[in-house]
Amino acid sequence: MKQLFRHTGWMVVRQARNLTREPIWIAMMVIQPMIWLVLYGQLFSKTGAQGRGTGSYVEFLTPGIVCMNAFFGGSWGGMAMISDLDRHVVDRFLAAPASRFAIVLSQVVRAGITAVLQAIILLLVGLALGVRVHGGFLGWLVVLAAAALLAMVFAGFSNGIALLLRREASMIATVNFVGLPLMFLSSILVSVALMPGWIKAIARFNPVNWGTRAARTAVVFGSGWGPAGLYLLFLVAAAAATSLFATWCFRAYQRSI
Amino acid sequence: MDAIVAEDLRKRYKDVQALDGVSFAVREGEVFGLLGPNGAGKSTTVRTLTTLTQADSGRAFVAGEDVMRHPNRVRRAIGYVAQDSGVDWEATARENLLLQGRIHGMAGAALHRRVDELLELVGLRDAADRVARGYSGGMKRRLDVAIGLVHRPRVLFLDEPTTGLDPEARAAMWVEVERLAEQESLTILLTTHYLEEADRLAERVAIVSRGKVVVEGTPDDLKAGLAGELVTVELGDVDGRLDEAVQLVHDVEGAGEVAADGRVVRARVPNGAQAIPAILGRLDSVGIPVASVTTSRPSLDDVYLHYTGRDFASEDEGKER
Repeated sequence: MKQLFRHTGWMVVRQARNLTREPIWIAMMVIQPMIWLVLYGQLFSKTGAQGRGTGSYVEFLTPGIVCMNAFFGGSWGGMAMISDLDRHVVDRFLAAPASRFAIVLSQVVRAGITAVLQAIILLLVGLALGVRVHGGFLGWLVVLAAAALLAMVFAGFSNGIALLLRREASMIATVNFVGLPLMFLSSILVSVALMPGWIKAIARFNPVNWGTRAARTAVVFGSGWGPAGLYLLFLVAAAAATSLFATWCFRAYQRSI
Repeated sequence: MDAIVAEDLRKRYKDVQALDGVSFAVREGEVFGLLGPNGAGKSTTVRTLTTLTQADSGRAFVAGEDVMRHPNRVRRAIGYVAQDSGVDWEATARENLLLQGRIHGMAGAALHRRVDELLELVGLRDAADRVARGYSGGMKRRLDVAIGLVHRPRVLFLDEPTTGLDPEARAAMWVEVERLAEQESLTILLTTHYLEEADRLAERVAIVSRGKVVVEGTPDDLKAGLAGELVTVELGDVDGRLDEAVQLVHDVEGAGEVAADGRVVRARVPNGAQAIPAILGRLDSVGIPVASVTTSRPSLDDVYLHYTGRDFASEDEGKER
């Protein structure tokens, strides 16, 4: 167990350090969410998509964009695994006494950390645009937890797919195929109250929607923590499930070499 | 004691029998070469011995530990330099080495000292803090070797250490391996499809062909096992008379192991200088034109041909696994 934590830690440090060496990646990580926030915030500002009885659309949208970023970021997490497979870094770890689970877990943890950093940036931009986090300090924690967990859920899934497909082109196609529908089947852009019945029904089972609702409770309402906590628990379970899926895929990879 | 023992290893991938009963043993402190063309099963053998691949059957021991039963003990005792570089391109040489050392449970000043020592040893001291993406092929390869050595392994596996290197870098790598064998008192298992590499570096070699070890011994012993010289006759326009040519060469006194491959006829003779005029005379008398004749002392190439009945170069062509 101790070895798992230590190896995961070093591998997270490795991945994070490598990413900081990509200036474009850092720029995109910071700028792109801001663009979403400003663009969507303007586009839908007069539609009333936030539903009645809530504040401004930007305030409604901010937790949504935090979650959108987290789950997209997580979905692309598997690309790093493919790059490590292609460069045979994974095999190098496998021939050494590296914790097997740490190789997978580090990718998932790194996605969570990235999502938290992006969430902080987005919330700060939101504050500048007049958003208030009604849940206060606890609200901040809930938003960051939702972002981290969502990223981890999808990073687990993405790493599993990466280990099965092992090709970037297939990976890109899969992520695009899964990602956009999940976004529109959630309340990221539009209040649940305004959704058609069938979308509402599907959204209940969409992890993206669980995260969005928890984060939105924290930002827009600042009350009704019970359901928010439940959604976070769902996400914990989902993150555990996809991490196990990724681990299973990792075993399948090991058997195939 | 033997540092590596492979007993009847078998492994099948879908439609390819990669290992078909590989057996050999490597003594402690020895540089041992697995020689064979691409696709012969060398890499699969190494991947099995380094715990990456599970054999379907057979047994293997490395540094006294059972590879199948105690893979983690084996992993602690070995260094593995894969055919494909395992260098993390976005990290520096130093970072690559530090991470590998930590995975092996090293830490603190001892680890940093060891990393400095290795950077010096493989000549990467000046490039140590540059990101590996910018390294030349030879530099990446030397870093791979250093990565395999961080934890002072007892057994080092070098899978095709010079494939893809230019001749200069290859020569430098040879010197490197020779020095390592001496300084770090290692047992080294080296795979190569370069005959001259095995000849130069390995104290003993096993020739692998189609998933089996066909012969094992020192390069000198193997060559000595082939008496005489090899005569290679390249015919001009054979025009369907190849069999006739083979028969003629066969009839020359002392000629043995006559084989034809395309327009080339090879034969082993006790003395090349005496045999060549006789061979040319016979071919000339029936009007079969000759393009060229060469004679050579036995090489590992000939050993390969002798034991497998196949020409090394043609076996090696376009057979990427």
